[in-house]
Amino acid sequence: MDPLMLSRLQFAAATLFHFIFVPLTLGLAVLIAFMETRYAWTGDKTYLKMVKFWGRLFLINFALGVVTGITLEFQFGTNWARYSAYVGDVFGSLLAIEASVAFFLESVLLGVWIFGWKKLSAKAHAVVMWLVALAGTFSAVWILIANAWMQHPVGYVIRNGRAELENFFAVVTQPFAVLMILHTLSAAYIVAAFFVMGISAYHLLKKQHVEVFTRSFKIALVFGLVFSFFEVAEGHLHGADLAHSQPAKLAALDAHWETSERAPLYFFAIPDEKNERNVLEIGKVPGGLSLMAFHDFNAEVKGLKDFPKDERPPVLITTVSFKIMVGLGSLFCLLTAVGFFLRNRLVETPWYLKIMVAAIPLPYIASELGWVVAEVGRQPWIVYGVMKTANAVSSNISAGQVAVSLAGFVLVYGLLGAVGIYLMVTAAIKGPVELEQGER
Amino acid sequence: MELQSVWFFLWGLLWAVFFMTDGFDFGVGILYPFFGKTEQDRRVMINALGPLWDGNEVWLITAGGVTFAAFPAVYAMMFSSLYTPLMLILFALIFRGVSFEFRGKVDHPAWRRVWDICIFAGSLVPALLFGVAFANIFAGLPFDAAGYHGNLFSLLTPYGLLGGALFVLLFIVHGALWLCIKTEGPLQERAAGTAAVAWIVLLCVAALFLIASAFATPLYGNYLSAPALFLIPAAAVAALVGVRIFIARRNWFAAWAGSAATIVMCTFFGIAGLYPALFPSKLDPAASLTAFNASSSPLTLKIMLGVVLAVIPVVIAYQAWAYMLFKGKVIIEEMEY
Repeated sequence: MDPLMLSRLQFAAATLFHFIFVPLTLGLAVLIAFMETRYAWTGDKTYLKMVKFWGRLFLINFALGVVTGITLEFQFGTNWARYSAYVGDVFGSLLAIEASVAFFLESVLLGVWIFGWKKLSAKAHAVVMWLVALAGTFSAVWILIANAWMQHPVGYVIRNGRAELENFFAVVTQPFAVLMILHTLSAAYIVAAFFVMGISAYHLLKKQHVEVFTRSFKIALVFGLVFSFFEVAEGHLHGADLAHSQPAKLAALDAHWETSERAPLYFFAIPDEKNERNVLEIGKVPGGLSLMAFHDFNAEVKGLKDFPKDERPPVLITTVSFKIMVGLGSLFCLLTAVGFFLRNRLVETPWYLKIMVAAIPLPYIASELGWVVAEVGRQPWIVYGVMKTANAVSSNISAGQVAVSLAGFVLVYGLLGAVGIYLMVTAAIKGPVELEQGER
Repeated sequence: MELQSVWFFLWGLLWAVFFMTDGFDFGVGILYPFFGKTEQDRRVMINALGPLWDGNEVWLITAGGVTFAAFPAVYAMMFSSLYTPLMLILFALIFRGVSFEFRGKVDHPAWRRVWDICIFAGSLVPALLFGVAFANIFAGLPFDAAGYHGNLFSLLTPYGLLGGALFVLLFIVHGALWLCIKTEGPLQERAAGTAAVAWIVLLCVAALFLIASAFATPLYGNYLSAPALFLIPAAAVAALVGVRIFIARRNWFAAWAGSAATIVMCTFFGIAGLYPALFPSKLDPAASLTAFNASSSPLTLKIMLGVVLAVIPVVIAYQAWAYMLFKGKVIIEEMEY
């Protein structure tokens, strides 16, 4: 394999692994901040037990998220040097702002939160957690603005042989970025909600620490319910926006080959990319795609055949990932809605609790697939319509170098992932620790 | 002053602050297996860094991010050319970072042993390789219009290794002095003794480095054309002498502040000599990347300058607040890791 393919695999592996931890960090920080606020203002020790229990899981997860995020920033330089030189004027500044505005705040204040229990009042300590959550959100916002620019570049001009910034305001306020931020944050909140509900369900099934986990479950349930439904509506807007911003991705999402009016939507389709058709189409909704994309049954939707072959994303990966993500998103609405009706008799409803334990991985899968849709669906472009991924790779790295570092990533991340999951599962099963006398 | 020159010095400043802050974390990590005779000692050492190391490491992220934003061509060339050493640094930092969190999570000696090794290696490798990398940047790297012609081993020249040794020693002294501030009893005595011995070695290596730089690098060119710049290495030497004086007086905080100043001045010794080059070529001067031929557009530089001037003082303020909050000796009952 050449440095290009190896670099792609390395970046994909590093990103997908990093993103196992990011959503939980974003969402759980908010839930813990909420629990700690309840504790600080009511003095109810059950909330303190909840904060300490979920905080323990949060910190293991956070450590893995941080260390795997650092490598990503530098990989743009190591493996994608031509990309970095070509678009750094726009893209680099967004990463630098992320580090200086958000990451500092998050790292410094998390240190204060971990070690500051006795140094700060309960209320101040709760405020610190809110700031940690806010900083994490800022971090996500700036990274997503940067990614949105790769998806839908605006506010730049090609000058001096590179993309130069022309309108900073346009870059940071473009609708594509707003849609992406809302989509990703909601996904993160759903991951965290199902994580908390699933672990709470495990303990409720065993009828242990009932007070701690009933409260935890209910808080997470409301959170999950709101954002699951919001995500479906927002996801629809996000998808419809692609009709204008990334028509090739839209066509790939639904394996739509022929440009047509009254374009159909399939529940599921398996494309045959070589012969430019679908080998399997299930659940046809006539005019469905036109309706989703343009809010009009008869609108014309451009098909993949009308894009040059070298400007089409890999259709199979894109559409399968998309359909599974959408299916899972709908399932989250169903599960949280059912939960809402059962919220006051959770302990007496073991079948539902069992489902919720089993559902812990599902939002993780959905959010990973979301990134696959966003990134694979953008191919062959690294910056949509501006630069192809094939032209972005560093020219002065060898296949051997990248092969070794890729092997290092797989090995190290595999190892850390296994250790991290082991520690989280152990801590989750162990349950909350009894507070010591006078602990706060 | 041109915008590019302002950015050049900000770039140098961010690296200097990173070495100054995370430097004592590295130093404590390197000393860790030698000082940590008992489990209690080890936990005290880790907790001396506990609340602060993560915030310190963000200076690296910011230095990297600012290189990307202000000098994208440098970011691209530097990190792709120094691919293997940078990957080694990143993996080392990964292991160091998770070790602090993971070590205390399972109560078993073998488990702790594994993460103890990671803390040591995860501190030594970055300290050494940053030194090697910066010494090589000072000396110029083997690249021209056709690309980069070096590898990991071609960096390990005598001057490169001397740079690595200098960084490791600077951080050992800095870390030992941090432990003098944060600990008491036998651990503090070991740290104080080590600081005094390491100081002598550091003095010799630093002197050697200053002399070798005259032969191995073009750094002194700027100094000869603007002799006032000699105040920078003079300040570095003065700060280093101050460190020894304050060690003798057992004024640990002043000694630590002195080693912080030494690190900053050592970094600026190189930065001032490099100017305006950020990534010089030793094969073809025309290929060298400078603040003027590798910078971002004026608009980006202006916006980023606004961001940095608005945000960094705030960052410094709350980071200083965190340092104040955790001042004083490590107290066992409050240990979290």
